[in-house]
Amino acid sequence: MRKSALLAAVLFLLVALVPLAGDAYWLRLGTTMLMYGVIAMAWNFIGGLAGYPSFASAAFFGLGAYAGAVAQKLGVPMGLAWTLAGALSLAFAALLGLALLRLRGHYFAIASLVVAEVLRELVNSATDLTGGGMGLNLPVPHDATVASQSEFFFYAMLALAAITFAAMLWATHSKLGFGLRCIQQNESAADMLGVNTTLYKVAAFMLSGAFAGAAGAIYASWVHYIEPPDVFDVLYSVKAIVMVLLGGAGSVFGPLFGAAIFLSLEELVWRNYLQVHTGVLGLMIVLLVLFLPKGVFSLRLPWRKGKP
Amino acid sequence: MTTLLQLEGVTRQFGGLKAVSGVDLSVAPGEVIGLIGPNGAGKTTLVNVITGVHRASSGIVRFDGEDVTGLKPFQAARRGIARTFQIVQPFPEMTVAENVAAAAMFAGAVRYGDEANAEALGHLRFVGLAEMADKRASSLTLAMRKRLELAKSLAMRPKLLLLDEVNAGLNATEVDHALSLIRGIAARGVTILIIEHLMKVVLSLCTRIVVLHHGELIASGTPQEIVQDPRVIQAYLGRRYAAGGEAAEGQSHG
Ligand SMILES: Nc1ncnc2c1ncn2[C@@H]1O[C@H](COP(=O)(O)OP(=O)(O)OP(=O)(O)O)[C@@H](O)[C@H]1O
Ligand SMILES: [Mg+2]
Repeated sequence: MRKSALLAAVLFLLVALVPLAGDAYWLRLGTTMLMYGVIAMAWNFIGGLAGYPSFASAAFFGLGAYAGAVAQKLGVPMGLAWTLAGALSLAFAALLGLALLRLRGHYFAIASLVVAEVLRELVNSATDLTGGGMGLNLPVPHDATVASQSEFFFYAMLALAAITFAAMLWATHSKLGFGLRCIQQNESAADMLGVNTTLYKVAAFMLSGAFAGAAGAIYASWVHYIEPPDVFDVLYSVKAIVMVLLGGAGSVFGPLFGAAIFLSLEELVWRNYLQVHTGVLGLMIVLLVLFLPKGVFSLRLPWRKGKP
Repeated sequence: MTTLLQLEGVTRQFGGLKAVSGVDLSVAPGEVIGLIGPNGAGKTTLVNVITGVHRASSGIVRFDGEDVTGLKPFQAARRGIARTFQIVQPFPEMTVAENVAAAAMFAGAVRYGDEANAEALGHLRFVGLAEMADKRASSLTLAMRKRLELAKSLAMRPKLLLLDEVNAGLNATEVDHALSLIRGIAARGVTILIIEHLMKVVLSLCTRIVVLHHGELIASGTPQEIVQDPRVIQAYLGRRYAAGGEAAEGQSHG
């Protein structure tokens, strides 16, 4: 655990140097990568540790984005708005978890998939508060330059990623993470051994919701304008899963590596094959699930032979 | 206290089927009770009702003086009711030691970390699996998995241990080993209810035997009384026992 923490500290410090390049493109890419990393790590609590295939990432992300945006519209300072958004997503995940986590496997996956759609419709119809389908503009500070703003949101996302990583590292090496692994392996056996499975699963879902929601809130402030189909995009849910599978579920660095690999692929594919983007994503998922259920790092490379 | 476990009119229905029907039973601390009966008699269902996997359709389960009828499995586990599964249920990707440590920390109230690991190793030594501690549970043979189940249930520090066919699928040597383990557990003062098709095991181990047939408790008594009970012979044991022979190798179903 100490080794992972040290390695992560070095990694985050290196990433913190990206703004020194002074290139707007790299800064945008870096912020996106960190955001993807947070979404992937957030999913890892429920999907990786507990083994529940959640498609609720988009719901949490969108809820956090709108909560943060509406709070700021009502005059709440930005940092506080982000915190409130995370807290609201956490509470929402608790209620949602109590209802949905009774379901297992595909049933849970499908139910969690529907949540983002429901929230999107709600936001669409609550025009007074959210602007409905017109979207919502966020206040832009007048005194800041574009460049210093990009840098600010990069560091904000970096801080969130570091906090999320610390939480995940702690959870993985604590009784909570151990209990979640038991649930992932065999839930009824875990129950029979004294694990309060409902409590543990809901706790994992709450962590998942809080961090994905906070990422949504920072995203909203970063892009200044959000609309329902953008932040409640089901692709956030899909990407979260793909990234963790790419990086390897069950390892603490998996989600971050997965996010980096995924974003690189996405940039390449986006730029060159705009029309087939979704198709390529779909193909990747199929290949991953079929051939690499434990991530690209589980490939039996010659120098890794003999390791478990 | 004279009873540890008390069942009063416990019934469990699945649709129209009464898998367990009006069972009254009281178990005193320190007893080793054999629960026998033909396939489908409701033995596993009764264990599931006691451990909270299935809710009793009617009737009351009392444990240690308290009504535990509606408890969830994890709550029953924390109160001191441990069970092994007829079909073994390890956490396959975890190590053997982690499997046992899980039981120690979640039901046995041992602290997470070194303390739970040390406790786990102790139980593994007791069941003879210490050298497998760092192996994955999925790499164990069936006989070893059955012993792992025993180690897990011991780590729960139970007052009552429910053993559901721990010997099914084992060869004669392995059964002998399991038998001596169960004796050792009983000697520690753990009350045991054992479901078992091998009469040799039941007769040599149990202080009392109860017989379940079509969900109903049809007999209860010492091993000698049970093997001579005409209803039990009719329902389960068959004629070989009526002749008064030992015939302990019989009854290989299950
Ligand atoms: N979850 C369930 N749903 C429906 N019916 C069930 C369920 N569990 C058990 N039964 C039925 O209840 C009856 C008793 O089953 P149970 O498993 O308790 O028998 P058993 O005495 O343990 O048998 P065996 O010796 O084969 O293990 C059977 O008819 C079985 O089909
Ligand atoms: Mg059975």
